Amino acid sequence: MKALAKNREVLLGFIVAAIVLAVGIRAPVFLTGESLVNVITDTCFLFMLTLAQMAIILTRGIDLSLAANLALTGMAVALVSRAMPEVPLGLIILLAIVIGAALGSINGALVAYVGIPPIVVTLGTLAIFRGLIFLLAGGQWLTSKDMSEAFLSFPHANLLGVPSLIWIAGLVIAAFWILYRQTQFGRGLYAIGGNPVAARYCGINIPRQQFIVYTIAGAVSGLCGYLWVARYGIAFVDNAQGYELTIIAACVIGGVSIAGGIGTVSGALLGALFLGVIVNALPVINVSPFWQMLISGFVILAAVIVNARSERPIGKLILASARKLERKA
Amino acid sequence: MSDTQRYHVLDRAPFNLASYLLRWESILVMLLVAVIIINTAISPYFLDIYNLSDATFNFSEKAIIALAMALLIITREIDLSVAANIAVCSLVMGLLSQMGYGTPILVMAGLAVGATAGAANGALVTKFRLPSIVVTIGTMSLFRGIAQVVLGDQALTKYPSALTSFGQGYIWPGVPIPNSFALFLILACMFGFVLHRTVIGRQIFAIGHNPTAARFSGIKVEKTRFWLFVLTGLMAGLAAVLLTGRIGSTRPNIALGWELEIVTMVILGGISIAGGTGTILGLVLSVFILGLTIFGLSLVNIPGIEIAILIGLLLIISIAIPIMTAKWRGRT
Repeated sequence: MKALAKNREVLLGFIVAAIVLAVGIRAPVFLTGESLVNVITDTCFLFMLTLAQMAIILTRGIDLSLAANLALTGMAVALVSRAMPEVPLGLIILLAIVIGAALGSINGALVAYVGIPPIVVTLGTLAIFRGLIFLLAGGQWLTSKDMSEAFLSFPHANLLGVPSLIWIAGLVIAAFWILYRQTQFGRGLYAIGGNPVAARYCGINIPRQQFIVYTIAGAVSGLCGYLWVARYGIAFVDNAQGYELTIIAACVIGGVSIAGGIGTVSGALLGALFLGVIVNALPVINVSPFWQMLISGFVILAAVIVNARSERPIGKLILASARKLERKA
Repeated sequence: MSDTQRYHVLDRAPFNLASYLLRWESILVMLLVAVIIINTAISPYFLDIYNLSDATFNFSEKAIIALAMALLIITREIDLSVAANIAVCSLVMGLLSQMGYGTPILVMAGLAVGATAGAANGALVTKFRLPSIVVTIGTMSLFRGIAQVVLGDQALTKYPSALTSFGQGYIWPGVPIPNSFALFLILACMFGFVLHRTVIGRQIFAIGHNPTAARFSGIKVEKTRFWLFVLTGLMAGLAAVLLTGRIGSTRPNIALGWELEIVTMVILGGISIAGGTGTILGLVLSVFILGLTIFGLSLVNIPGIEIAILIGLLLIISIAIPIMTAKWRGRT
C-alpha cells in the first residue's frame, strides 16, 4: 500500500478520479457516459502530442514547434481539400502525416546533424512554420465551407459507438507504448537521456535516434493537424496558438523529467488527461474558463516539485535489493 | 623549455586579425550594416531620423528585459515568464490607478510586483532545485492566469496622463529620442559595465562555464542566480511601466508571446543557450538588427507574420554557421 501511494502514476490517477467525482457531485451531468466520452475525445490531441513530445524530452531535447507544425499541416491539407475535393480521405491523412514528418525532420536534422540546441532550432522553426501558414493561404481563413464533406465528417464519425478520433488516438498510444517498452529503439531513448556518454559507448547512434524522434513527433503533429482542422472546421494562422506549452505542461505533470531519461506512457497520458479534465470540468461547474491557466500553472509547479523529490535517489539505484538496503538504512 | 626561461602566462591573447574579424560581434556589425543598406535601398523613408526614433518604441521594452535575460542565460538559466510577469505588473498598476493613486505609486508598484514575481521564480529554482524552463512555464501560466481571472474580457484604461506621457514621450521636447530607448541605452551601458568590468560579471561567467568549479572558487552560485531572477523580474516590471504608459491600457493578453522574441534577441546576440559566453555588445547589436529589420520590412508593407519567417531563418542560420565552420575546421 505504501509502495502504491509512492507510485506517482497511481497518485495522479487518484487525483484525476477525485476531480472527476467532485465535479460529478456538483454537476451530475458531468458523469454521464456521453459527457465523459466527450472529455476523452477533446483530450485526444493532447494524448497523442504529449507522447510525441515525451519521446523528444527523453533524449534531453524539447520541441516548441509541434503546435505550429500542426497548424501548418492542417492548413496545407485544408488547401488541398479545397482545390481538389475529390481526393480520397486516406490520401489526405497520409499527406498530413508526410508533411508533418517532413517538417519534423527539419528540426531533427538541425538538432542531430548540425548540432544546434533543440530549444533554439524549434524556436526558429516555430516562427517559420507560423509565417508559412500565412504565406500559403495568403492570410485567409479556411472555414468548413471550404472543405469537402468527407474531410469534415471523419473525426465525428463513430465506429462501434466510439468516435473515430478515440480510435486513432488509441492506435497512436498503442504504437508509442510498443515503441517505448518493447523496442530497442525506445529503450535507447531512455539511455540517451539518462547518460549520453554511456549510451554512445553502448553503440547507440545518438544523432540517428534524435533525427528519427523529431521526425516521428512531426508525423504525429501532422496527423493531429488534419484531425484538428476537420474537427473544429477552421484553418488559420493562429490555430492551436500556445498549445506547445500545454503539451510540455502535460509531460511535466505526468512526471516526464525535463532533464531527460525519465517518463512513462501512463504518466504522460494521465498528465494530459488531467489538463483535459480541468478544461472540460470548469464550464460544467460554472467556473469561468479564465481560471484554467491559473490552475494549470499551480499544477505544473506542484507537479515539478513533487517529481524533483522522487527523481533524485531512484535514478542511481538500479537493483531492487539496493533500494531495499537504502530503505533499511 | 630551457632553464633560463621563466614559465609565463600571457595576460591577454596575442592580437590576431582573423580572430577579431570572426568574432560574433564583428559578424553582427556586418549584418547590421547589410540590414541598413538593404532597407535604405528598398524604402526612401527608412533613413529618416523621426521614423527611426519611432521605430525604437517597438523594441525598447523587450530589449530592456533582454539585458537581464542575457545574464540569466549566461548562468544557464532562463525565464519564460517575463511576458506574463508584465501582465501582472500592468494589472496591479491598472487596479491602483482605478483607486486613484498617482504615477509615482504606480511606477513603484509595477517595479515591486515585477521584482517579487522574479523572486518567486528564483526561489522555486534555487531553493527547490528545479529546472528553470519548467518552473517559468508554470509561473508563466500562473501569472497570465491571474491577469485573466481578474480582468476576464475587460480592459483597464484609466491611467494618469503623467504615466502615458512618460511611456509615449521623448527625453526632451524636439529631441527625437524616446524615453524608453534612452532608458535602454543607459541600462545597456550599466549591464555592459557590470558584466565585463566587475567581479560580479566574472562570477556570472564562471557560473555559466562550470557551476561546480565556480562553487569551489567561493562563488555563491545559487544566491547569484536568485538575484538574477529578481533582476529579470524587475526589468519586466520596468517594461510593464513603459508599455502600460505607451498603450494606456491593460488587457489580459498584453505582451503575449514576448518571451520567445526576447529569447530570440538574446540568442542572436551570441549568448550561448548552454551558458558561459556572450557579450552585452552582441546583444545590443542583435536588438538593432532585429528592430531595424522589422521596421524596414513593415515600411514596405510586408506583414509581421512574414517577417517572422525571416527572423526564424536568421536565428537558425546565424547559430548554424559558426557551428558548421567549427566542425569543418576541425575536420581539415
